[in-house]
Amino acid sequence: MKYKVNEKGYYGDFGGAYIPEMLYPNVEELRQNYLKIIDDADFQKEFHQLLKDYVGRPSPLYLAKRLSERYGANIFLKREDLNHTGAHKINNTIGQILLAEKLGKKRIIAETGAGQHGVATATVCALRNLECVIYMGEVDIERQAPNVARMKMLGAKVVPASSGSKTLKDATNEAMRDWINNPVDTHYIIGSVVGPHPYPDMVALFQSIISEETKKQLIEQTGSDQPDYVLACVGGGSNAMGMFYHFMDDENVKLIAVEAAGKGVSSGFSAATTYLGKEGVLHGSRSILMQTEDGQVVEPHSVSAGLDYPGIGPQHAHLFKTGRGQYVSITDEESLDAGLLLTQLEGIIPAIESAHALAYLEKMEFKQGENVVVCLSGRGDKDLDTYIKYFNL
Amino acid sequence: MNRIKQLFQEKINILSIYYTAGYPNIGDTIQVAEALEKSGADMLEIGFPYSDPVADGPVIQASSKKSLDQGMTLKLLFEQLKDLRKNVTIPVLLMGYVNPVLQFGVENFCKACAEVGVDGCIVPDLPMVEYEEFYKGCFEEHNLSNVFLITPQTADERIHKIDGLTNGFIYLLSSSATTGKNLEVGDTTETYFSRIKNMNLKNPTMIGFGISDKQTFDKACSYANGAIIGTAFVRAIENGNIEERVSEFMNKFKG
Ligand SMILES: Cc1ncc(COP(=O)(O)O)c(C=O)c1O
Repeated sequence: MKYKVNEKGYYGDFGGAYIPEMLYPNVEELRQNYLKIIDDADFQKEFHQLLKDYVGRPSPLYLAKRLSERYGANIFLKREDLNHTGAHKINNTIGQILLAEKLGKKRIIAETGAGQHGVATATVCALRNLECVIYMGEVDIERQAPNVARMKMLGAKVVPASSGSKTLKDATNEAMRDWINNPVDTHYIIGSVVGPHPYPDMVALFQSIISEETKKQLIEQTGSDQPDYVLACVGGGSNAMGMFYHFMDDENVKLIAVEAAGKGVSSGFSAATTYLGKEGVLHGSRSILMQTEDGQVVEPHSVSAGLDYPGIGPQHAHLFKTGRGQYVSITDEESLDAGLLLTQLEGIIPAIESAHALAYLEKMEFKQGENVVVCLSGRGDKDLDTYIKYFNL
Repeated sequence: MNRIKQLFQEKINILSIYYTAGYPNIGDTIQVAEALEKSGADMLEIGFPYSDPVADGPVIQASSKKSLDQGMTLKLLFEQLKDLRKNVTIPVLLMGYVNPVLQFGVENFCKACAEVGVDGCIVPDLPMVEYEEFYKGCFEEHNLSNVFLITPQTADERIHKIDGLTNGFIYLLSSSATTGKNLEVGDTTETYFSRIKNMNLKNPTMIGFGISDKQTFDKACSYANGAIIGTAFVRAIENGNIEERVSEFMNKFKG
């Protein structure tokens, strides 16, 4: 339990709820109710039923043979890319939409970077017949066009965020402003383990299904639920937290979180938060973020819209600071190369986000027989344009 | 005595003006303050800009961005404010988000405020529990008031708690909104204002967000000790001669 949230909403030095008073009633309502609602047997039943019949869980744990040969270890892929809507994001939106209904909310808002969370939110809103507004940075609207079209077809209103770097951070700002201006009846489905307490804990709980299943599948396939390594990419950190969750207290399992180095950590175009960041407050929680000496948030860069964020969730900051997790980074080019490699070795086109985690395998050294789980957080359909341009296909 | 307390003892219908430091030009901070005092403002809130102002609407977002682009930092602001008390006698508060304060260091921040003659602060995203635990001692040591916001959705119990924790005034948001929304005093707003008025709080109250002209100002004053104008003022000084623009704007509230 030492890596989980305490009763004050903190993970060590990180977390809390740094929000203006306008957001307090909604966040407090959530804080008081989220565990009660989630722990309720009926809620659990409906949540798991939907994950099974609608999302298609459990997602397979696939032993990637050719990848394993290449790296000299057993490389397992946790196939979140096979979920309905194509990424891990739907685990969280299913949970939150059920919770929003229990709280009597009528309108849903969300931010999105890659558009996967936006699509997952628009999807559950269609499913449950709730109004849906998605904020998305102008830059991301351009580079993730297929997802914008999907959200529109699903009936969501997509509002461009045109401030700052016009990416995920700015979309999050706009969503928070929307919530301030709509204090009654609206629920904000945050898409990662960021935001004020209880969001990081709530999203982690919904995503923890990833490691819950992985453990069972590992026992079936290897006889042990203790792999040597677990890897995942980190934007805000929700797929990584879901992947780490049930391994956190197994101290012999090494947790590796892969951030986006962009054009290189020292290039000025990077999103490698733990490398470049300092402690501070962003989007309602105390964590680690990229900022100037004056405390102004630095605009990040990554080829991957889902990792193009200047912070990480507070629980990640805690894993980083305590040394429980190893935080590393991968450049734009390395990730794209890893994406093509997986496609050609295993016939799986990964999201560029997930390709960051895969790329780190190139930098690791394994002993024969070691078991390695990589969270394949999403599929690459949305990224075809970027891949095709980069490889001149 | 703290200038804020004194003001509320001596005056009613207090007009407080918010503006962004380093706007429209980086060197304008003091000039705007002096012009405002000269044309009759009772209190000032000087905004120190932040890159991600989630509680602000487009106008203050834009002024903050311009100020930052022109090089504003907290360090520079405190340098500019060294001359604040040469000609400005009315109470002055600094308003901004918590991260720049954290990076500056809470202790250093309070000390710097006291040195230049700042009387209080408004930091909307600094939670009450954090303030109580980590900031209050330092604020009080430097005789700084910390002002909290309340909205129509804030529960009575919490308002009483805020009232116990603060010693300047309470900032009453006319509605839960980002800055710059227009005040529409409908039945529910009146009920809310009256509810607060009847709570007999120990602190005075100021109504803010969406006050833009004499009519909305007078209306606000009938429920509180005064009102705060931000967006409308920031918009008014965007172009042209500062002294002229300020006095033109302030004249609208005379009489
Ligand atoms: C496929 C995929 N992986 C990862 C991420 C990054 O988010 P997080 O760090 O919260 O898992 C995203 C975000 O959009 C995504 O779409």
